[in-house]
Amino acid sequence: MAEPMRIGILALQGDVALHQARLAKLSVEAVPVRGADELAACRGLIIPGGESTTFLKLLEAYALGDPLVAFARERPLWGVCAGSILMAAQVQNPAQHALAILPITVRRNAYGRQNESFIATFPLRLPGQGALEQEGVFIRAPQVVAWQPEVAVLAEYGGTPVALQYGHHLATTFHPELAEAETMHRHFLALCGGERLAASSA
Amino acid sequence: MENGTGWMSETMRLKVGLAEMLKGGVIMDVVTAEHAKIAEDAGAVAVMALERVPADIRREGGVARMSDPALIEAIMNTVSIPVMAKCRIGHFAEAQILQEQGVDYIDESEVLTPADEAHHVAKLAFKTPFVCGATNLGEALRRIGEGATMIRTKGEAGTGDIIEAVRHLRAINRDMALIAQLSEMELMAEAKRLQAPYELVRYVHEHGKLPVPKFTAGGVATPADASLLMQLGAEAVFVGSGIFKASDPPKRAHAIVKAVTHYDKPGELLAASKGLGTPMSGIAVGELADEQKLAVRGW
Repeated sequence: MAEPMRIGILALQGDVALHQARLAKLSVEAVPVRGADELAACRGLIIPGGESTTFLKLLEAYALGDPLVAFARERPLWGVCAGSILMAAQVQNPAQHALAILPITVRRNAYGRQNESFIATFPLRLPGQGALEQEGVFIRAPQVVAWQPEVAVLAEYGGTPVALQYGHHLATTFHPELAEAETMHRHFLALCGGERLAASSA
Repeated sequence: MENGTGWMSETMRLKVGLAEMLKGGVIMDVVTAEHAKIAEDAGAVAVMALERVPADIRREGGVARMSDPALIEAIMNTVSIPVMAKCRIGHFAEAQILQEQGVDYIDESEVLTPADEAHHVAKLAFKTPFVCGATNLGEALRRIGEGATMIRTKGEAGTGDIIEAVRHLRAINRDMALIAQLSEMELMAEAKRLQAPYELVRYVHEHGKLPVPKFTAGGVATPADASLLMQLGAEAVFVGSGIFKASDPPKRAHAIVKAVTHYDKPGELLAASKGLGTPMSGIAVGELADEQKLAVRGW
């Protein structure tokens, strides 16, 4: 039996609403997640953009770190901007704690402050698909400065990866929810089992 | 895109984009780098650098200006979260200096002494984004028309009294609900009534919301205050004097952060509200003479 496709969005703070709107447009139920009990019903979880220091403080206050790591062992996570910082193994500028879900090192605010925020277009290569043009909105964005060979680079810009896949997890340093294309959201839904589910229930 | 920013330039998208990231968070007024560190450690999503917190500006009087850039720089070097800073209403030279310094958002603020009684800064020309205060929908749309990409209620800063922020938020919500109900041919008359740009009135009619995030400020002193404003539709909360004029700033700051995250969960709000020490003493707005009110600055 297919369980309903419900995707969680970590809603401690940050850009929750635009992911929710985008998933609604794709006919997927998106639920804000603020506690460990709300994770159980989710097929995957988006950690949206926001401030990683605020996320860390609230994860600690509500003892949410371990449940998130446990969830990630079973189900897909997608970290967007601050979310990718939270999922990294190491964080620089400054050094801070992270959940070590992805074997990558991330440098915060790597391009500079808000005046250096920018929009760029680059090719995105999803597994089994040709290159698609993707618009990337980079806001005080981090940069992936080191990554293990088993991490697949889906897109790069300026010589560093901006979209990554590691097993069923995704990370993007730009904000797909601030651009038109639905490609990344669709890809995440596929990782969450939408396709596999459709095949197995036939 | 679904929030209707297709009409926006690339720069506008980046400016609104940062505001989107601050949603559900608390932006705290800080005077020193030490304050900024306390705010960041408590979970603030951004800090607002200013020379004196509003309660002190109110008490000490005199002309309140942009902070010393050396102080702002010290704050920028101390924290990794976005740093905002205030310029006086209409003081585009202060805004140019803040942009040159590289702050992440400029608050053209009624808390400082206005530099121009008729004109606000022409904000579209700046690369650095602006937040502006508003007491009603017409004022909010005029500021957005000038290029503000984040709106906050003015409230009555430095009082610790929430009544004005509530009044402003309700006024904005009421007029947005009204516009959503109007027929297309009524929109120009509504733009005339509100003294607001027609295109933005039309945006509100079509989307039922502002084209930029709607935050709140002015008089927040407790976790319950923050929750109240979030439940009234604010998307993030600025706290000024409410933290550093309280007896235990780190504890109160963290409690207000929690209250904004769990603004609609009374159980969490109860836990966050316990044992915070003394809040800022405050001044009831009803006891202020009209000339002592900051919210009437700007138009």
